[in-house]
Amino acid sequence: MTIAMDDQHGPILDVQKLSKTYSVGGGLFGRSRQSVRAIDDVSFQIRRGEVLGLVGESGSGKSTLGRTVLQLTEPTSGSVLFNGVDLTRLNRRQLKPLRPKMQLIFQDPFASLNPRMTVGRILGAPFQIQKLRLSRAERDERVVAALGAVGLTEHHLDRYPHEFSGGQRQRIGIARSLVMEPEFLVADEPVSALDVSIQAQIVNLLLEIKRKLDLTILFITHDLAVVGHISDRVAVMYLGRIVELADTRAVFSAPRHPYTEALFSAIPTLDPTVKRNRILLKGDIPSPLDPPSGCAFRTRCRYALPACAEAVPPLREVGQGHLSACIREDLNLAAPLAA
Amino acid sequence: MAADMDASSVLDVRNLAVSFRTDRGEVPAVHDVSFTVKPGETLALVGESGSGKSVTSLAVMRLTPPAPQASLTGSILFRGRDGQVRDLATLAEHEMQAMRGNEISMIFQEPMTSLNPVHRIGDQIAEAVRYHRKVDRQAALDRAEELLVLVGIPEPRKRLKSYPHHLSGGMRQRVMIAMALACDPSVLIADEPTTALDVTVQAQILELLKELQERTGMAVVFITHNLGVVAEIADRVMVMYAGRIVERGGVVPLLKHPLMPYTHGLLRSVPRLELAAFGQAKLEAIRGNVPDPTRMPQGCSFHPRCDHAELGRCDRTIPILEEAEADHLVRCHRWRAIASVEA
Repeated sequence: MTIAMDDQHGPILDVQKLSKTYSVGGGLFGRSRQSVRAIDDVSFQIRRGEVLGLVGESGSGKSTLGRTVLQLTEPTSGSVLFNGVDLTRLNRRQLKPLRPKMQLIFQDPFASLNPRMTVGRILGAPFQIQKLRLSRAERDERVVAALGAVGLTEHHLDRYPHEFSGGQRQRIGIARSLVMEPEFLVADEPVSALDVSIQAQIVNLLLEIKRKLDLTILFITHDLAVVGHISDRVAVMYLGRIVELADTRAVFSAPRHPYTEALFSAIPTLDPTVKRNRILLKGDIPSPLDPPSGCAFRTRCRYALPACAEAVPPLREVGQGHLSACIREDLNLAAPLAA
Repeated sequence: MAADMDASSVLDVRNLAVSFRTDRGEVPAVHDVSFTVKPGETLALVGESGSGKSVTSLAVMRLTPPAPQASLTGSILFRGRDGQVRDLATLAEHEMQAMRGNEISMIFQEPMTSLNPVHRIGDQIAEAVRYHRKVDRQAALDRAEELLVLVGIPEPRKRLKSYPHHLSGGMRQRVMIAMALACDPSVLIADEPTTALDVTVQAQILELLKELQERTGMAVVFITHNLGVVAEIADRVMVMYAGRIVERGGVVPLLKHPLMPYTHGLLRSVPRLELAAFGQAKLEAIRGNVPDPTRMPQGCSFHPRCDHAELGRCDRTIPILEEAEADHLVRCHRWRAIASVEA
């Protein structure tokens, strides 16, 4: 499983066999405790300067994966190499100086900004947490630069979050992630809470900043259409595992996993005159407490065979740089785009 | 009373206006909204936050706060099962209660918060039945089971005894739909019923609503911000911006040949699968922000964000909603000029 690497440096992020298991339930003496595999044996890499889209429905583990990569959630096993350093082997104190380099942008611009703090204090907080030895002037310079990057000005510094619209608040959230001058951003559904006309602005802003500041982005979303525009590669998750991973063009023109096909098919098109044969998935994503044996998707898959129940299909290479976790090689899946 | 309603419509809203009293004075939320809905038809009400789409739907249900917190003017003509036309805007609260959930029902965005967490599903649906029908508890529970079958919930008898937290989001929305349909309403108002759901579940719920509509002939007013969903289910569309209707028409002309620059911009800013550009490609965006209702721009409320705005005109007077083609209305000073350039 080799992916063309950024020559001398290697990938900025190399995630290997990452798993996170939560134990739930319990009762007295913990006799009936069950474990939930929120993420299960996930491996992927991100090249420097790349935008990797991570797609999945609720409960797929995509947000947990984002947080585990950043070590905001401690993994149960596996490794996360950031610039060659295995973050999972570091303790809190050792991690702290690395944190500025990897930042998180949250989904809800209403919940992720402290309503009692001015924009100035919100953007100043990362400096206090990191106890960076910067002069007042240097700090102000960085704050103003971050504000400028998101299209706001220093006039906004004394205002409170409630004085801003949703789109502007998301800009503030992005500015906060930029003041530490990161290399790597995890954007967890950064536009899902925004109006359509504003969504496009924020997506464009992220791309612009990415280019200008030479960032790498893990873009987590449930929206495949957004991913199709901004990601270089796409990873599709289902019940804690990556089921397909490939270049965006390959996924959109020749998906290899039935779940990806079904996701595409579920997205309504804007053309009212087109009547499509929709693949309607039955039921919901299964409970992670009691996942199906073998392939987790087989209970909703129209191509499932008895063999699918036997073993968890490994994520294997089915084309150049195209990984899929489906045992069926004979499928000709529908795609939104011609190959 | 208001009996001069169009014979083919079940709902006829005229000059609806709603405003709220706030610390910053009277804030108008909806102005001059008129529309009709026919039996079996789906009217999509599209808009972004602050467009007034939800307030419009709440007003039709008479669920906006009573005076003096809010004022509601205009008329909401509704043809009842008995063939009689009533103006919901002037009904007394107890008369409205007899209509609500009976002849005209509503479902909401959040199936998590719209169900009572401490009561069983069956009892909650049965309550809706018994509120309007004189039946005993067992008959109401039987009806509840029937409704669960109707909305495609597996093992309905067993599910009657479930609590909301036992169900997934999609199943809860099905329960909400079952409850809304308990008394065979002739109008269902669906306020973003699929927004909180995953796309695969959204597809299931849209399919279900279409199927139920075909079977019952009810009219649906579907409120959404998702134009893909509109293309999927609507017969007619009404686009709202800053409290006003800015465009209204059949789903095909409106989505294929929008006349109002806002509708056009909205359509272009939706990322499309079939236009995927593979990596770091920009989306088309509408610049600026949705206006603050307490500080509405003069003239056309969209003009500060509009590429076609003509100073001295668009920033002075509010355009009227005029008929551009048969059953296609637009509120724009410049739609003729824009249409001729783009043709």
